[in-house]
Amino acid sequence: MGKKVIMLGNEAIARGAYEAGVKVSSAYPGTPSTEISEYLVQYKDDVYEEWAPNEKVAAEVAVGASIAGVRAMACMKHVGLNVASDPLYSVSYMGVNGGLVLVVADDPGLYSSQNEQDTRMVARAAQIPVIEPSDSAEAKDFFKTAFELSEKFDRPFIFRTTTRLAHSQGLVELQEREEPEDKPYEKNIQKNVMMPGNAKIRHIEIEKRNLELAEAANTLPINRVEMNDTKIGVITSGIPYQYVKEAMPEASVLKLGMVNPLPRKLIEDFASKVDTLYIVEELDPVIEEQVKSWGIKAIGKEILTVQGEYSANMLRKAILKQDLDIKKPAEAPGRPPILCPGCPHRSVFYVLNRLKMHAAGDIGCYTLGAVAPLSVIDTTMCMGSSISTLHGMEKAKGKDYIKNWVAVIGDSTFLHTGVNSLMNMVYNHATGTVIILDNSTTAMTGHQDHAATGKTLQGDPAYAISIPGICRAMGVKNVHEINAFDLPLLEKTIREETAKDEVSVIITKTPCVLLDKRKKPLYAAHADKCKKCGMCMKPGCPAMTKNADGTIHIDDTMCTGCGLCKDLCKFDAIELVKEGE
Amino acid sequence: MAVKNIMIVGVGGQGTLLTSRILGGLTIAGGYDVKLSEVHGMAQRGGSVVTFVRYGDKVAEPIVEEGQADVIIAFERLEALRYAHFLKKDGVLIVNDWRIDPMPVVIGNAEYPEHILENLEKEYKVYRVDATEESRKLGNPKVFNLIVLGVAAQHMDFTKEQWYEVIEKTVPPKTIEINKKAFDVGYGMK
Repeated sequence: MGKKVIMLGNEAIARGAYEAGVKVSSAYPGTPSTEISEYLVQYKDDVYEEWAPNEKVAAEVAVGASIAGVRAMACMKHVGLNVASDPLYSVSYMGVNGGLVLVVADDPGLYSSQNEQDTRMVARAAQIPVIEPSDSAEAKDFFKTAFELSEKFDRPFIFRTTTRLAHSQGLVELQEREEPEDKPYEKNIQKNVMMPGNAKIRHIEIEKRNLELAEAANTLPINRVEMNDTKIGVITSGIPYQYVKEAMPEASVLKLGMVNPLPRKLIEDFASKVDTLYIVEELDPVIEEQVKSWGIKAIGKEILTVQGEYSANMLRKAILKQDLDIKKPAEAPGRPPILCPGCPHRSVFYVLNRLKMHAAGDIGCYTLGAVAPLSVIDTTMCMGSSISTLHGMEKAKGKDYIKNWVAVIGDSTFLHTGVNSLMNMVYNHATGTVIILDNSTTAMTGHQDHAATGKTLQGDPAYAISIPGICRAMGVKNVHEINAFDLPLLEKTIREETAKDEVSVIITKTPCVLLDKRKKPLYAAHADKCKKCGMCMKPGCPAMTKNADGTIHIDDTMCTGCGLCKDLCKFDAIELVKEGE
Repeated sequence: MAVKNIMIVGVGGQGTLLTSRILGGLTIAGGYDVKLSEVHGMAQRGGSVVTFVRYGDKVAEPIVEEGQADVIIAFERLEALRYAHFLKKDGVLIVNDWRIDPMPVVIGNAEYPEHILENLEKEYKVYRVDATEESRKLGNPKVFNLIVLGVAAQHMDFTKEQWYEVIEKTVPPKTIEINKKAFDVGYGMK
């Protein structure tokens, strides 16, 4: 027996990668997948890993390592797989040399995402096998299984998690690292060069491999029947398995560890032994539709939702028809996420709001600039889209139409996929203004480095790619770097640049407030000088509240001393009371 | 032992993740099966956050459901109100008597409810803790959550020594002493 420790699902995957003998990992941060790469750093003597600028690059790096003959992986969130879907569909034809696994984290309930898509659907379309664990222990052990199957069946695998799995902790038993021998590289253009003649043959080949895998799935230990009372039978996988065990421990369960391809014989056999068959899966009816297409009677999305997370109580109500005595939640005002006190984005959004500008937004903390009181962002869709969306508006309505518009995008997001969009603007005679909110990190996912921070994933020094340099090299003539808290200069520059009939890039370069660990300055408000004008409240700083008499209070546990409120106060009612470091 | 259900609720950035790490370490030291569920990502930016901790002989789901919590540890009053209905009949609610206005209140689109604790006391067993004020007395307002944990510890299944041991292993080395002191303050409160 190995040592038992408590691990986050993502930590267990990192451990599984280490134990499986993985040698190369590449990733782009995305909640809820980010921590896998961060936990993997502790094994850096054995596993090379890196932050890639986006998921397509990460997946291709992993494919290259697999072709070279080692076990390789890439990590991303569900929408990251969309970016990586170009290599995904073709590596499916190529297969692997060293085992290849993409970890893809779905987000039922949308804790930190722009949509609720189901990776299993993408995997089916790309004919990629999918393994799904139900807790931290399985996250580690199944991850090793994924590599074994990947090599045995010459298929790249997707390892699917969800937020609840990724961010739950449970007990894991540690084992030693396996050291599988590197596979020899043999030049094989029929397998590795996807031109039409080769791909046609590979398509036939992978159809065959998938059938073999589907057959093998009937006896794989990770697909497990737990026969119990036969009145209710449930087919389930992943975290919903835990809800089933919690709500109906007496039911019979077919627990699928591999959700694509499905073990048809095992399912038919299980279905024949139970009175009523239920299929419990979060998001889309992926298992359900296949099972029903085989003429098996089952109940699924008729009584269970395609949205959000499930729970044991949900199953008690829907399947067991139990009348639960549950109190109603109290009426309470919501507490949506907000920009932190001292966030440099707040200052930029305040100026845009004052200038009555609209912004095409992007993915990052700054998406929060869409909500009151800043209310600047009009659109947010996917990584890198702000710049191209603005360009599309200009081409639809002409250059004057976007004089009161800008695109806003973060530094990491710009490097991810914004670069291509800016290239398009320069090439196609655009006149729009792009603001790059450069806070020197990938903030929303918990402060990961990227190609422009000067540090690798391991924290070692690296060449820092210059964002203004990229913009100039692409032919943008108007490139400005400004401190995000320099309100007058910011306002003047935005006015001037949006008025021009040329592409402009304004880079607001101020590090994320959470990155700077030094003691911060502190401001306090003086009630006797306060005229209750409300100017200082306009940027919506969470450290500021109104007293009963309408004067202002600054919470000393929250204030980080950015000074934005002080700059806005015309009556000197806000004063520095403590110097920072 | 039947599964015990604990919740930690608060505002993103108040240290709910550190607290859940401490509880996780503790339940392992006690030899239980354990599952914890946390919130990372966007909600950590000042949103309402909840952590679930479940321990006992065998734990299946990692979340605590409505009507099942034995103990709720709330770092802020409004968050106590939001999650109080998760308590089971004889469950206890430990609340840091502290107010953080959510943005809809700050900008005047909603009102912060009055008399939250008085109303909760009518329905639930509530322990009020003036942890933010008490932690100021210790010279570091950030350790308020250890004071609240100290109060909660009196309603859980672990010895003071087990708590100390896990605190020492979990908090940054420089802050071990102040965190233990803060825990003591809470542990001494009735």
